[in-house]
Amino acid sequence: MQPTETFFSGFSPNDLWFLGEAALRTLWISLLAISCGSLMGIIFGWMLSVSRVGGFILAPLLDIFRSVPLIIQLVLFYNFAPMIGLRLDAFGAGLIVLIFYTSANVAYVARGGIEAVGQSMRRAARSLGMTYWQDMRYVVWPIGLRAVFPAWVGVALGVMKDSALVSVLGYIELLKASQILITRTQETILILAIAGAFYFALSYPISLFASRLEERWNQ
Amino acid sequence: MFKALPELLQAALLTLEVAALSMILGVLIGLGLSLIRIHMKGPLMWLATAWVELARNTPALLQLFFFGFGLGAFGIHFSPYLIVLMGLSFNNAGYLAENFRGGFGAVPDTQIRAARSLGMTAFQTYTRIIIPQVLRIVYYPMTNQMVWAVLMSSLGMLVGFRELSGETQFFASRTFRIFEYFAVTAVIYYIIVKIILGISRLLAMRLFRY
Repeated sequence: MQPTETFFSGFSPNDLWFLGEAALRTLWISLLAISCGSLMGIIFGWMLSVSRVGGFILAPLLDIFRSVPLIIQLVLFYNFAPMIGLRLDAFGAGLIVLIFYTSANVAYVARGGIEAVGQSMRRAARSLGMTYWQDMRYVVWPIGLRAVFPAWVGVALGVMKDSALVSVLGYIELLKASQILITRTQETILILAIAGAFYFALSYPISLFASRLEERWNQ
Repeated sequence: MFKALPELLQAALLTLEVAALSMILGVLIGLGLSLIRIHMKGPLMWLATAWVELARNTPALLQLFFFGFGLGAFGIHFSPYLIVLMGLSFNNAGYLAENFRGGFGAVPDTQIRAARSLGMTAFQTYTRIIIPQVLRIVYYPMTNQMVWAVLMSSLGMLVGFRELSGETQFFASRTFRIFEYFAVTAVIYYIIVKIILGISRLLAMRLFRY
C-alpha cells in the first residue's frame, strides 16, 4: 500500500467499468422483476376482469402497492421479513417488493387489455365454437396486447427506473455505485451525469421503439 | 408511539404542500414545453425535447440527487424543501408535457380554423375551443401525475427533507421501531392517495357534465 497524499482519488477509467457492472445489476434485477411481475400481473388482471367479487378483494390489495411509495414498501418489507423468519439480503427483499409492485401495475394494464376487446367480439368467438381458453388465446390476447402494449412498456421502464430505490437497502446497483464513487472521488456532477447516461441509454431506445410501434399499429 | 401521530400528520401536510406546488409548477412548465415542442424549431425546441426526454428516462431519485448534490458541487446550495420542489417540478413538467402534446394533437386542426372563421380571436380559440377538449383528455393522466408527485415526494427523506417519510425515518431512527413507524406512514400515504383520487373523481363529475 502506497501512502497517498490526498484522501480522495480521482475518477479513473476503471470506475467506468465499476459503473457498467452496476448497470448490469440494475438490468438484472429489473428484468427479473418485470418478467415475474408481468406474469403475475396478467393473472391478477384476468381475475380483476372476470369476477367482481375477486375485484373487490383483490383491487384494494393491489392498490396498496400502487398508493404507498415504493421506498416505504422496501423499508417495510426489509424490516418485516426477519419477523416472519425469512432471511433475505437486500437483493432478495428488493426483488420481491419490485415483483409485487410490477404485478399491481401490470394487473390494471392487463385488465384494460381484456376490456379493450369488445363483448360482441368475444361472443362471436364463443358462438364459432371456441372454448373459453381458445377465445382468450386467439381473440383476446392478440387484440388486447396491441391495445395496451405501449402502456406495458411504460410500466416496465418505470420499474427499471424505480429499481434505483433498492439502493436504499444497500444493494449495489447503478445509483448506489454512483454514490460510492461520489464519496470517493468527490466529482459529483460527472458521476451523476454518467449514471444518468447509463439509465438513459437503457430506457430511451426502448421507449422510442415502443412509440414507433404504437404509431405503426395506429395506422 | 401514537404520540408521534400529530407530528406525522403535520409532515403529511408538508408532503401534500410540496406535491401540490410541484404539480402547479409542473403544469405551467409542461404546458410551455409542449407548446414549444409543437410550434417552434431550433435550439429552444431541442432544449424542451432534452428536458422532456431526460425527465422521462432517468430515475426521479437521480434527478433529486442532481438538484441536491450535483448543483452543490458548483457551490449552489438549496434547502431540502427547494431541492424536492425543483426535482419534482422537473419530473412532473417532463411527463405532463408529453401528455399535453398528446392532448393538443387530438384536437383536429379544422376546429381551430372553424373557430377562427367564426370570428374568434386566437386567444378565444385557445381558451374556449382547444383547452376544454385538451383538459378532458389530459385530466386522468394529470390525476395520476398528482398521485405520483405525492409518492415521489417520499424520496425527500434521502436528501434530508422532513416530509412524511423523512419525519418517519427521524422517529424510526430515534426509537428503533422501524417497522411500526413505516407501517403507520404507509397507511397515511394510502389514505392520502385515496382522498386525492376521490376528489378528482368528484371534480370530474362537475367538470365534464356535458
